[in-house]
Amino acid sequence: MKNIREIALEEHHDFVGAKMGMWLFLLTELILFTGLFILYAMYRVRHAAEFHAAATELDVVIGTINTLVLLTSSLTVAVGIEALKRRNRKLAKWMVLLTVLFALTFLVNKYFEWSAKIHHGIFPGADELLSRSQGEIIYFNLYYAMTGLHGLHVLVGMGILLWVYFLIARKPSEKVVVAPPNIEYLKGAQLIASKGEQERWVIDEIKDDVVEVEVVIKKDPKKAGVDIPNIIKLENAGLYWHLVDIIWIFLFPLFYLIT
Amino acid sequence: MSHHSHEEIHGIGYGILVLVWLGLVVLTGVTVVASGVHVPALAVVIALLIAATKSSLVVSYFMHLKYESRIFHVILLMGIVTIAIFIGLTFFDVLFR
Repeated sequence: MKNIREIALEEHHDFVGAKMGMWLFLLTELILFTGLFILYAMYRVRHAAEFHAAATELDVVIGTINTLVLLTSSLTVAVGIEALKRRNRKLAKWMVLLTVLFALTFLVNKYFEWSAKIHHGIFPGADELLSRSQGEIIYFNLYYAMTGLHGLHVLVGMGILLWVYFLIARKPSEKVVVAPPNIEYLKGAQLIASKGEQERWVIDEIKDDVVEVEVVIKKDPKKAGVDIPNIIKLENAGLYWHLVDIIWIFLFPLFYLIT
Repeated sequence: MSHHSHEEIHGIGYGILVLVWLGLVVLTGVTVVASGVHVPALAVVIALLIAATKSSLVVSYFMHLKYESRIFHVILLMGIVTIAIFIGLTFFDVLFR
């Protein structure tokens, strides 16, 4: 009678731990931006009139459009997460891609906004800006620092979402690798790969010259399988993206709407 | 184990998400209109209140906090308290110096 060895293809995930790590990271991000918001608040108290005058130069229409773009992108990524949880890979893919496009739209708008300002000589250190009152100089320096740091976060978020998009788009598969020294344990035995109670795959006898065994299960993408680890990756990417949205929710009224 | 974690991932309906988005869009409209109010001190308070309301909508539904276990609420509360201390003490120093 043949010797039989079994390798289990069970995957173990710690969704709560992964999410908690993300939330803790988001707190540090929040504190980073809080520092800048405090700076803004203190200078605004001192130079209230100049802040109001400088704010009239920002385009409320572009600001509002960008706010709506970010809010909608938050919806699309939330729907994408929901879709992936319901094993609807196709909808999830489209929603994440849409989110990336919204992020790009936001950055393009920001580019035009900044270029127009820079064209008019309003940027940190420019002669035109330096000829103005101290409050206006501070306002625009803070404007560039805060929307700049936020824009950087949009760029990073866009990159992360794009990466998750490719993970979701990839064919669902499961892989288990048995390499030395554990391979010794399988030698001379008939190998069975198992998953849960029902699924069993019988693999060849493992001969002495085998150095590594790799079991890969590829699934039909049309039958809407979802790689479970991708769910938490998309969830965490979504959490980061929502934080970027929340920061803009505060930046928008404080810079554009104080006229 | 993997079966168990499947059950942990319960979701919320698409309908709720769209509703939250609608609320956020409406609040954005309100904050733009309200900025026309010519009482400076009041305008800042209104703007921040609306921003806070929008954020709590995003955190509760989009970020799923409403459906997470208590420890996540504690983590967020810790963050908010820390920030409140930073802002509170700084204002205390600047305004009453």
